[in-house]
Formats: sequence, C-alpha cells, structure tokens
Amino acid sequence: MNRHLPALALLAALVALPLALGNEPYLLNAVITTGIVTIAAMSLNLLLGFTGQLSLGHIAFFGIGAYVSALTSLGFDVELLGGFRVVHEPWPPAIGFGLAVLATGACGYLVGRLSFRVRGAYFVIVTISFAEVVRLVALNWVELTQGPLALTGIPPFSLWLPGLGTTPLRTKLPNYYLVLVVGTLCYALIARLVRSRFGRAMRGLKENESLALSVGINATRTLTLAAVISAAMAGAAGSLYAHYLRIIDPDVFLFSTTVTMVIMVVGGGKGTLLGPVVGGLIFGLLPVALRPVMVPEAQWMVFGLVLIVIQFVMPRGIVPGLARLATLRRTSAPARVPVEVRP
Amino acid sequence: MLEIRDLVCGYGAVTALKGLSLTVEEGQLVALVGANGAGKSTTLRAISGLIPARSGSIHFDGRDITGTDPRKVLAQGIAHCPEGRRVFPQMSVAENLAMGAYLRRDPTRVSADLARIYGEFPRLAERRHQAAGTLSGGEQQMLAIGRALMSRPRLVLFDEPSLGLAPNIVERMFAVIRAICDTGTTVLLVEQNAFAALELCDYAYLLETGRIVLAGKGSTLIADPHVRQAYLGG
Repeated sequence: MNRHLPALALLAALVALPLALGNEPYLLNAVITTGIVTIAAMSLNLLLGFTGQLSLGHIAFFGIGAYVSALTSLGFDVELLGGFRVVHEPWPPAIGFGLAVLATGACGYLVGRLSFRVRGAYFVIVTISFAEVVRLVALNWVELTQGPLALTGIPPFSLWLPGLGTTPLRTKLPNYYLVLVVGTLCYALIARLVRSRFGRAMRGLKENESLALSVGINATRTLTLAAVISAAMAGAAGSLYAHYLRIIDPDVFLFSTTVTMVIMVVGGGKGTLLGPVVGGLIFGLLPVALRPVMVPEAQWMVFGLVLIVIQFVMPRGIVPGLARLATLRRTSAPARVPVEVRP
Repeated sequence: MLEIRDLVCGYGAVTALKGLSLTVEEGQLVALVGANGAGKSTTLRAISGLIPARSGSIHFDGRDITGTDPRKVLAQGIAHCPEGRRVFPQMSVAENLAMGAYLRRDPTRVSADLARIYGEFPRLAERRHQAAGTLSGGEQQMLAIGRALMSRPRLVLFDEPSLGLAPNIVERMFAVIRAICDTGTTVLLVEQNAFAALELCDYAYLLETGRIVLAGKGSTLIADPHVRQAYLGG
C-alpha cells in the first residue's frame, strides 16, 4: 500500500482539482487535453522506460486511434481500388473507442514484428517512418478523412446511468472525469504489468539483454507484446481526444507531439510509474502558465531550459530525483528527531 | 551427458572454435581452461544456442541440440551463468531469482527451490528486497549461481565465475560450485584461474586457439610441464 501512496495522493488531488479550478473552462480544457496527452506519455513510457525501446512515431498510434474512433462514430462512404464501395453507418462512440484500441494494437503488432528482430535504432526508424506514412494517408485520402478540411461534428461520448438513460458528455467536467478514469485504469494496468512475469521479462531485456536471453526470455515476442499494449493505450488516448475536441485534422500526427511525449517521459522519469504522469502534468500545463507572459515560440525555449535544468539537478527525472531526496531525508532523520518512549 | 564433436564457431570473419571436441560425463565437474581468447566462452555460448555452429555437433543426453533455440536448450536442463554483468541490477534479489525460473510452470516447486536457495545463501535471503546492483561482487555472483539453479538444471555452464572477485570470496565460490556438483548437478566450468579450476575439477580440458590440446584429470594437467609453464607460472 505504502508503495502506491504517492500515486493515491495524486489521484485524490486530481479528483478534487475541478473544485479548485471553479468555473474556468479555459483551465479545465487545458487540464483535459494535458490528461489525454499524459495517457499517451504513459503508454510511451511502457516501451521507452520499461523495455528501453524508443518509439519516435508514437503519435501515429494516437492519431490512428483518433481517426478510427471518429470515423466509426461518423460513418463513411468510400470507393476502394477496383470500384469496390465501402459504406459504414455511424456507430456509438463507445464502439469507436473499442475499435480504436483494437486497430492501434494491431498496428503496434505490425510495427513490432517488423522491427524487433533487429531492435534499437531500427525500431526508432521504423516508428518514425510509420508515423509519417500514416500522416500522409490522413492528409491525402480526402474521401475518407476529409484531408486538411478536418473531420468535424464528431459526437461526444455518452454515459448511460440506470434510471437516467443516456446523456452525451458535452460539457467539460464529465469529460475531465472520463479522462481521469481512463488514465487511472491505464496507470493501474501498467503498474500490474511491470510487476508480472511479463514485466520482469521487459525490464530484464532493458537491463541486461544477453542475460535475459540466457534465462529463456523470447525477446521478439516480449517486445512485440509491449508494443501492442503501448500502441493500444495510445490509441485509447487518441479516441478520447477525438470525442472530446470533436474535430480532428491531420495535425494530430505532428511529430512535435511525439517530442512533447518523450520530454514528458524523460523529464518525469522514464521507467517509473509516476514519472510520465508528473512529467505530463508539468510539461502539459507549462504552456498554459507561460501563455500570458510570452509568445509560443519563446515558450519552447523555456521548455528546453526547464528540461535542461531538470536533467542537471535530477539526471534520471523528477520522480526518481524526489524519491532519492525522500530516502536521504528518511535515513538521516532518526539522528536528529528524538524518539519519545512511553511506558 | 554432453558430447561436442568437431565444433566450428565464429563471429563474422573470425573463427573462434576450430574443431573442438569434448565430453562431459554425468555428475562430473569438468573444467575448461585456457588463455584469454582461446574460445572458452564461445564454447559455452554455442552449447546454449546463443551463437550458431558452423559445423560439428553438440549432443545432450544423446539428443542433437546443435543450433537449438536457447530457450529449448534451457528447457532441456542446461543453465548458463554468463560472465561479466551477472545480474539484473535494478531488480530486487527476489526478482532476479524469479528470472531464473522464467520458463518453469510449476509454481509450488519453484517456491520450494527458492526457499532452498535462501537456505543455502542466507545473505540473499536477508537482502531479498534490495536491488541486485547494490550487492557486493561476491553476493552478485552468489545471486547469479542461485538464479542458474532456479531453472532446476541438470548441467550448469559457469563462465569465469571468479572474474573480479576478492581472493577469499573466490575460494568460497569455488566451494559452492563443488557442492552443487556433489549434490548431483553436472558442471562445466570455464576459468582463467587455471590452478584453482584444475584443483577443483574431476576432469579438465585445455583449450588453445580454438582447439583442445590436452585433456585429463585435473591433477594430471597440473603436473604437465606445458601447463605449468604457460598457465601456472612455471
């Protein structure tokens, strides 16, 4: 229990956060989008932090999730090669969410299978290329994706409550809690995974690959499974994004968002459970805090500066740095604090 | 139990083993000694299936395991204790031991084996929740041995277990390896510390540039003038 105390404290703070923000739609909106990107950062951390494989195309899974979910709920009518026509009637967003998870999981499998026989730099290159190809498809397959005109009018998620029927989540507050619930589930799933036999295999490959192979770990299969779970999680985040913003265009595939996610993971502490969450909140909300005082271009400079400072002060990221401070204080504390003994 | 015939192995353009043949009898402690670069580690890596054989064969219990997948070799009962970085540094001692049983599907016997290993190495039991990277060199080697035993092997391949350890710890570690053999597990030991290995073993092979040049009982090799001059300092 003690191990999860910081996470539970953070969860409690996040549950109470809307009360503190009051009726500030601008801030609430910033927190929701930050939360969605943080889920994607958590999924990236599963690969980068726990298996050591860097996916520089992670935004592709996020974007595919967004498009699959949006198209499922909007419906489409396209003509494929050879005059074959595919018509799809709109389905509820919840099904879109499920299909987004499945489709991105399948993409993760494909990318993993293609690149994990060789790993390392090859995986980085395959993921970058994959993201670029997917972006070009989204941009140019106008009949399906509307290209740069964007997919608009995406329906929001709706909630079914016994006695109340279904209510669409049009306002910000319920969307905030939806993101929080999905984020918490993803966090719990990752926490469970990394402690399992599969998690030991992932971490073993990162810490000492030759030893991991000698104890019988199947590297390709382990890394591919990690990529599937990671991609599916990023796809879930993309689906949340599509149904919250209710408009998406090929800009969801921007490379800079992948960079932001990497900064969140590395700054927060890769290979830790809380790292991407803390990093996600800090680097997600930093632009909001800076917005009144400087233009976006200058914000990126501050971004870089903050990251450099973090890397200097806490080379392994914020969360491991703070954890170290806490243990140092704890181990030196008994010498100073007198212990009162009562009979 | 293990029979290697005319094994040829290499890395790229380099041929590390040039027709190596050796036999390990069941229940024995066999030492493979030789200089740096003679091909000792390559031999173990070839047995484990970590590198392919170019020609020749490796038989284990009469079955051909040449070019078999490392996982299948392990499942047949051959555990490899590689040299150098021996543990998963950021994992706890308990997790490192669990890694040794990665392929096993019999949880009750795994926990019994775990209890046995903690009994044999009380230091590991004390530090079971500590990260393996924070252990001393000797403790890490004991952990590596414990991990190898967790797969319930019938043959353990030890690669340079004395490397980088303090002399008094080396002695204790060799005693542990002898005890492992005496309890019925066959051992193939690769060592640069030729004298200690030859004293410890039942049978020994001397490897020079990819070929076995001498074989016999440990005491026979110690008495050999060539071995004395080249490996035991005169």
